[in-house]
Amino acid sequence: MFTETLTKVRRSALLDLLTGPHGVDRYTELVDPTWTRGQARARVVGVRRSTPRSVTLTLAPNRAFAGFRAGQHVNVSVDIDGRRRTRPYSPANADTDPYLELTIGRHDGGLVSTYLFERARVGMVVGLDSVAGDFTLPAIPGPTLFVSGGSGITPVMSMLRTLRARRHAGEVVFVHYARSAQEACYRDELAGIASEMPNVTVLHGYTRDTTGSDLPPRFERAGIEPQAVYVCGPPALVDAVREVYPDAVSESFVPPVLSGESSGGRVTFTESGIDVVDDGRPLLNQAEDAGLTPESGCRMGICFSCTRRKTNGAVRNVITGVVSSTEEEDVQICVSAPVGDVDVAL
Amino acid sequence: MTEVLETPTTPTQQTTPTQQTITKTVAGKTVTLTPEQAEAFGRELDALKDSVIADLGERDATYIRRMIKAQRGLEIGGRALLFGGIFPPFWLAGTAMLGLSKIIDNMEIGHNVMHGQYDWMGDPAISSKGFEWDTACPADQWRHSHNYMHHTYTNIVGLDRDIGYGILRMSSDQKWRPYYLGNPVYAFLLMVLFQYGVALHEMESEKIAAGEITLTDKREILEGIWRKTKRQTLKDYVAFPLLAGPFAPWVFAGNMTANLMRNVWAYMIIFCGHFPEDVQEFSIEETKAETRGQWYFRQVLGSANLTGGKLFHILSGNLSFQIEHHLFPDIPAFRHAEIAPKVQEICERYGVPYNKGSLPHQFGTVVRKIIKFALPF
Repeated sequence: MFTETLTKVRRSALLDLLTGPHGVDRYTELVDPTWTRGQARARVVGVRRSTPRSVTLTLAPNRAFAGFRAGQHVNVSVDIDGRRRTRPYSPANADTDPYLELTIGRHDGGLVSTYLFERARVGMVVGLDSVAGDFTLPAIPGPTLFVSGGSGITPVMSMLRTLRARRHAGEVVFVHYARSAQEACYRDELAGIASEMPNVTVLHGYTRDTTGSDLPPRFERAGIEPQAVYVCGPPALVDAVREVYPDAVSESFVPPVLSGESSGGRVTFTESGIDVVDDGRPLLNQAEDAGLTPESGCRMGICFSCTRRKTNGAVRNVITGVVSSTEEEDVQICVSAPVGDVDVAL
Repeated sequence: MTEVLETPTTPTQQTTPTQQTITKTVAGKTVTLTPEQAEAFGRELDALKDSVIADLGERDATYIRRMIKAQRGLEIGGRALLFGGIFPPFWLAGTAMLGLSKIIDNMEIGHNVMHGQYDWMGDPAISSKGFEWDTACPADQWRHSHNYMHHTYTNIVGLDRDIGYGILRMSSDQKWRPYYLGNPVYAFLLMVLFQYGVALHEMESEKIAAGEITLTDKREILEGIWRKTKRQTLKDYVAFPLLAGPFAPWVFAGNMTANLMRNVWAYMIIFCGHFPEDVQEFSIEETKAETRGQWYFRQVLGSANLTGGKLFHILSGNLSFQIEHHLFPDIPAFRHAEIAPKVQEICERYGVPYNKGSLPHQFGTVVRKIIKFALPF
């Protein structure tokens, strides 16, 4: 066993040397993009459009994907017009399933959701990264209430399907809000689960076309005393649920809103645990004044020595005046001034 | 790690720009740029750059991905053929393919990726911070010495160490010493051993020789160079030959020749960037308070282009468009070829000389310069 591991390690070290400095993945991925040991990627093996405003993708992840717990989200990357875009999505499948299922609602003006809705096709390869989230089931769930709105159904669907796979016998109420019956994702499957599992009650509330609705369009107290309440959806829904159940656990993926050019926001240097009030100057200057010593070079946006990851918020390029997106992206801190609140890995 | 890398004490653009006219003599003719001209010149070039950046997208991403695929294919194919190198056509083809793969990896891919030309793609494997290249020089040291030092202080004598690389005399502004009688010899050795010359660039050996700094000051740099060079050497001269068993000598010779091919080619292209006849140097004094337009002016006058066909440009890593590269180092290099006619037109209108010539011609003037400055001129 020891010599086995030793030869495996030696063989891998040799392979790294021979494929240096790029590494094995940079060669194997040219044969098949999912053949990477160091990066989790998935191939789209199924595309379904079961509602007018959503697309459901079935993904086959490669071996580098270590799995997830029901309710967690994963960062999915897709190249759009040459640029890698990353968005967090909650897989809707049971966490024991070999395939990942993503149901993506098309947001108006949403870059990635629109792209996937219109252009997702079998064979496409996406990147997977950073499985995270505390929105998960306990080991032994008591009476549980799931509330979701729109595409927020995905993490709670994952949890429900996982409970079904475990043959869970405890009481579950699953409440879902959609614009209409046609736009309710997984409606048929939910009906099937409800009939299959007597402990599960499924209730729908339709907000625009109320035909077939079980519930009024605004959230009210459910008919059980839950030990845990999970809510995922628009902020208004989360607030409404919290009014009734203050201990509800929530998840919300709202498209970022740019508040416009303003100084006075908060600049957070996430790796140093320091934050300052934005004074309008480039991030490099503000970091240095806060006592940090980030690498820098030309200090005028040419050499890329000062590049750091902006994880949140938008910045303005002081030379060109261009305001960035609020994506997680690399920026040259010597020529980037904050626009509103900004988080930088520094 | 990078705290040990030096930053000079007189950076440009840190003092308030004053309104000064710049005058240079190029090929016997006087070239002048007034502050107003510099301002307008700068704005036109900025607009050109913005138009390219606004256009970046699928086409550029596809270009670099195809280039990478081609390079990796040449590498695997070349190395595979060299295993059968006892058979002369295999050795020749294998060596040529491996040499080409190293040239493309270092120049069209590596140098350009490390300039941040493809950072906008958001792919960490093609990012300036993440990329490491198939040569002895560590990428992080290159980023400091090249992206920062050379590109900011281009052709400023006393600041741009690429003027002579610390071992050659390439400018009359460099004071002559009897040591420089060996200029042609040092130049030839540098050419043949170019990957090691580049790797050692951050050692600032001329300062060590002059006693200004000690080897101990350069300890971390040396460790970085050793780590990278060791792996490259083991790969090309130990691991691959040994894997070939009895055919080791052919693999060894093939790898060595491929490295030599890259060394000579890269050297020639790079030396044609700033050393051909009529390329201008600048003093610290005249560049102390540069405006953006004046910075562009120095980049044009301090660089020279090479003419050639499409394949030539790709193999030169588009450094044949040295002028455009120095104006806009962070846009994808193949775009330099596309905007070159427009850049030349803008230069013409402002009376800024645009230095270009064929490789034999330009390199000929470089060799002449190397020999000339061996002597006390």
